[in-house]
Amino acid sequence: MSGGASDGQGLFGFGAPHEPCGACSTDIRGLCVRLGAKEILRDVDLHLHCGELAAVVGLNGAGKSTLLRAILGEIPHTGRVSFMDRDHRFPVSPQIGYVPQRVEFDASAPISVADLFAVAISRRPACFGLSRGVRETVLAGLRAVEASHLIDRRLGALSGGELQRVLLALSLTPPPNLLLLDEPLSGIDLAGRERFYRLVSDLRRRFDMAVVLVSHDLAAMVDFADRMIFIEGRVICDDKPPNVWADPRVRVAFGLDPHSRRAGGGAEK
Amino acid sequence: MMDWWHALVGGLPFEWARYAFMRNALFAIIIVSPLFSLMGALVVSQRLAFYSDAVGHSALAGLAIGLLLGMVDPFWAMIVFSAVFGLAIFGLKRWSAVPVDTVIGLLMSFAVALGVLLLSRGGNFMKVGHFLVGDLLSITSEQIARLLLLMVPATFLVLRSFNALTLASLSPSLAASRGFRIGREEVIFGLLVALAVTLNLQWVGILIINSLLILPAAAARNIARNLREYVGFAMANGLVCSVAGLLLAYYLGTSAGATIVLVAMGVFVVTALARLARK
Repeated sequence: MSGGASDGQGLFGFGAPHEPCGACSTDIRGLCVRLGAKEILRDVDLHLHCGELAAVVGLNGAGKSTLLRAILGEIPHTGRVSFMDRDHRFPVSPQIGYVPQRVEFDASAPISVADLFAVAISRRPACFGLSRGVRETVLAGLRAVEASHLIDRRLGALSGGELQRVLLALSLTPPPNLLLLDEPLSGIDLAGRERFYRLVSDLRRRFDMAVVLVSHDLAAMVDFADRMIFIEGRVICDDKPPNVWADPRVRVAFGLDPHSRRAGGGAEK
Repeated sequence: MMDWWHALVGGLPFEWARYAFMRNALFAIIIVSPLFSLMGALVVSQRLAFYSDAVGHSALAGLAIGLLLGMVDPFWAMIVFSAVFGLAIFGLKRWSAVPVDTVIGLLMSFAVALGVLLLSRGGNFMKVGHFLVGDLLSITSEQIARLLLLMVPATFLVLRSFNALTLASLSPSLAASRGFRIGREEVIFGLLVALAVTLNLQWVGILIINSLLILPAAAARNIARNLREYVGFAMANGLVCSVAGLLLAYYLGTSAGATIVLVAMGVFVVTALARLARK
């Protein structure tokens, strides 16, 4: 998938890119999330820019998925998440694309790929079937990830990789201002990942959207992300990827220096 | 109001068609059973089958309270009690540390015990037999009108929430990213299920109402490949089983509700075998 060449149809069949830098500045101030007595996230301040690919890294249970769900407005939190226009003056409601870590369905669930799109993007109850227009939109979205042949497949009949591609296509239909990806690559081989990162990176430039990518794939993020945010219940460091990669706290947490593992590594570098 | 129907069906060359109660019953189930099955399709895919069962049983308490208050027709007492009962389940699910099936189980036992206690004290127990097993043949035109007036808007509201509920059952976060207010949708759907179950109790009965709700959808799930087939099969199946069950009950001299449920169970077994055969 070489990305490039947009024809009249727009990139990857997603239609014309939206106006550069529309509604895509996300401002998070003093975000705290508690679950019962437990504090999961504390005092998170982040500003996410359009056209920027930010990787959120951290260990299991560090609050990465929780951060995304708070941005989605799905879980109660204190602090503020606001979406502003370019000059930070007017609040806007952005189109948010989201790829969940996993989706839950039993293998025999009578839900096709087309149904999945229909329930998300169409107002017409999906049990009445898809209108021709919606079906065209779904096909265009699937074509972008080379998955148009899957349109009538049941979700339970997809492989892990196919399901991830379908979910990515869904998150990009319609093209969002803010794209949130929650460890989207578990169960995908190396070549698939490479291709995926390249695709996301391209899309982000073309559509000028902000991308937040939660990942375990620290090494790949150094190559692809513009910015890396290391969290552990709060933001520990937030910088250019090579700087975060070099940060002793990150190196200790991820065991990047096997020999100095427990050394707490020369805190003052 | 229903003269045209009685004229139409009354002209059929069957023995049962001569009786007004059969014509009434047939009219009621032809309209209501597909709508009820549609709701059942969502109940099954939302994993609310135990919830709907509990709501049905809780009607016993509503019934007892209604009779205690001196109501001749305790219909509204049952509706109100079921709604409160449904809200209590959603509330406890959110605010207690107990798993949801346990919450449902304990509230159901509470409601049944309360119902039995109140009915046994007033000596009313014998009066409620027809609520336990249902009495389709005694359904009156007024009751049919009430059934339709409440079932049709309830179905409309369920369809409005169909997409949100389906997406939320796959991933609540994904539904939130599309701007759906899932918590609200779930509570509204829970209340609509409580309403529909209580409404249909009078003709199916407390003991088997839940089978009628979920069986047609369960059978459809065995063979459907997408949502349109699923809901379509469920509705058609509910309709066919209800009509066949009613006529069978007439000739066998059995309870209509129970006969309908057994026919639906037969269809379920056939679809389950068809599924096995395809593999």
